[in-house]
Amino acid sequence: MTERDQELNLRRRLSGLSRLPLLRGARVDGEAQRLERQLERLKADTSDEAIWRSVELARHADRPYTMDYVERLIDDWVELHGDRGRADDGALVTGLGRFGGRTIALIGHQKGRDVKERLDRQFGMAYPEGYVKAMRVMEIAERFGFPVVSLVDTPGAYPGVAAEQHGQGGAIARSQAEMARLTVPTVACIIGEGGSGGAVAIAVADRVLMQENAIYSVITPEGCAAILWRDAGEAKKAAAAFKPDALHCLELGVIDGVVAEPAGGAQTNHDEAAQLLGGALLEALEELEETPGEELRRRRRAKFRGMGVYA
Amino acid sequence: MSDQIDVHVEHRDAPPPPERKHPNTCPSCGSHYRDDELEAALWVCGQCGHHFPMGARARIDWYADEGTFVEEAADVRSEDPLEFFDLRPYAERLAEAELNTGLGEAAVIGQAAIDGHPVQLAVMDFTFMGGSMGSAVGEKFSRACDSAIERGVPLVSVTSSGGARMQEGILSLMQLPKTVCAVEDLHDAHVPMLTVMAHPTTAGVLASFASLGDVTIAEPGALIAFTGPRVVQQTTREKLPDDFGLAEQNLRFGHIDAIVPRADQRAHLVRLLRLFA
Repeated sequence: MTERDQELNLRRRLSGLSRLPLLRGARVDGEAQRLERQLERLKADTSDEAIWRSVELARHADRPYTMDYVERLIDDWVELHGDRGRADDGALVTGLGRFGGRTIALIGHQKGRDVKERLDRQFGMAYPEGYVKAMRVMEIAERFGFPVVSLVDTPGAYPGVAAEQHGQGGAIARSQAEMARLTVPTVACIIGEGGSGGAVAIAVADRVLMQENAIYSVITPEGCAAILWRDAGEAKKAAAAFKPDALHCLELGVIDGVVAEPAGGAQTNHDEAAQLLGGALLEALEELEETPGEELRRRRRAKFRGMGVYA
Repeated sequence: MSDQIDVHVEHRDAPPPPERKHPNTCPSCGSHYRDDELEAALWVCGQCGHHFPMGARARIDWYADEGTFVEEAADVRSEDPLEFFDLRPYAERLAEAELNTGLGEAAVIGQAAIDGHPVQLAVMDFTFMGGSMGSAVGEKFSRACDSAIERGVPLVSVTSSGGARMQEGILSLMQLPKTVCAVEDLHDAHVPMLTVMAHPTTAGVLASFASLGDVTIAEPGALIAFTGPRVVQQTTREKLPDDFGLAEQNLRFGHIDAIVPRADQRAHLVRLLRLFA
């Protein structure tokens, strides 16, 4: 890309940012500034490097996970276990709690901190049982009018024999369908890896946010490299080509806003990361709660049905 | 002494015959076929019943009453929003696919009648970039739903796809919720959706509209899996069952309603259309 192209690209992105309703409030002004700083950084950097940095930060071993945010943001947290059919999937946690003075249903992928927990939670890769559990909790939310907040952090849905036999594809499809049917406000935020179907299964929300250093993609960079370059080692090239970073997702209209992280990334300060995320989630919820449920659903479907670029 | 000549000795050190397959060899039973015979048999092997891939146009000709098919959204084409370049530019792959297949995209949609029942068709074609779903395929499927709702006729959807089209990055992933929302609109309008899963129906297409039909049938031997056998093997090192991910296994585990051989599909659809009429 020539310098001129890059400049045009950035301008286009900035103009997209200023149109965002989420960035208009006084409190989020700081966020806009932060984004501008990031854009400046992008301008100074080769953007391929910045994209790869996002991939690395999104997978950072010290990055806060769903339960780290639950601890800091949710009062009276009650975790709900099990899909009532087969199992309780540790890769996807669900529960009820108080957030900003209201009861919410929360759904989130959970990776593990140490080796044992990582194995127990399958590295955040859910089985169909996880998505069935999520649907169960969405139904509770719908029945009692609780808003649904989902936190997305998965390399993808679990790719194993049992997961296939238990209907992985169908579970992901039905979880999206359930979200498309809800008449309660829904907010999703990609807090780390937003990997493919396993991620979008719980991200068909009225507002989809993304943390500054999160990634959201159709396939992992390694998977894409293995298929298109026939060499998983070309992951960096693949990531540069399919652009999974927050700014590109915003530019493509896939997400509604970017949530700032502490300087250097969310892993540097979990408390500050939680405070920033909590503010963004609360603002999105408050805005959505003014709209009647049927209208929310209509707008949500219209938003997703408008996604894509074709001639 | 044997009165037969022992030819075994002469062949003892002979090199193995070269692995040169006849171009028209059934991959399942190894029998040879003639192109015209195979076409007349709806691309099903006469010896072992192996189902070869069937193009979208051929399938529409087979399902629809003669002369009833009216194509819709034929001018929808993919764009290249990421200016994607792997080993070759995406734009070049698109142009080549269109030249080779004569199709504008990996899905063909339109109105038709099946045994006199008016229907909406949405048929995928695996030969166009592996039937992958990008923005254009998502849009065409969504329009098929809208057209079915508008006319109040059932949607017959035939899937054959390797999944989302990686060259469109995150926008291809967004075709999952997009098509799911379109099906939800269809369900809300009480318009029936009948799904035929052909080989292969995998990944992003299985994880979206393909799994949401009111009635779902599959072709014999079709691979129906979110993650295909090669990737499962590579990632988990698990030993795979012989029929891993095949239609037969999916039927056993309760993911589909029936396996219907291609020759019987039209009659099966007609019966369903009568029931939903």
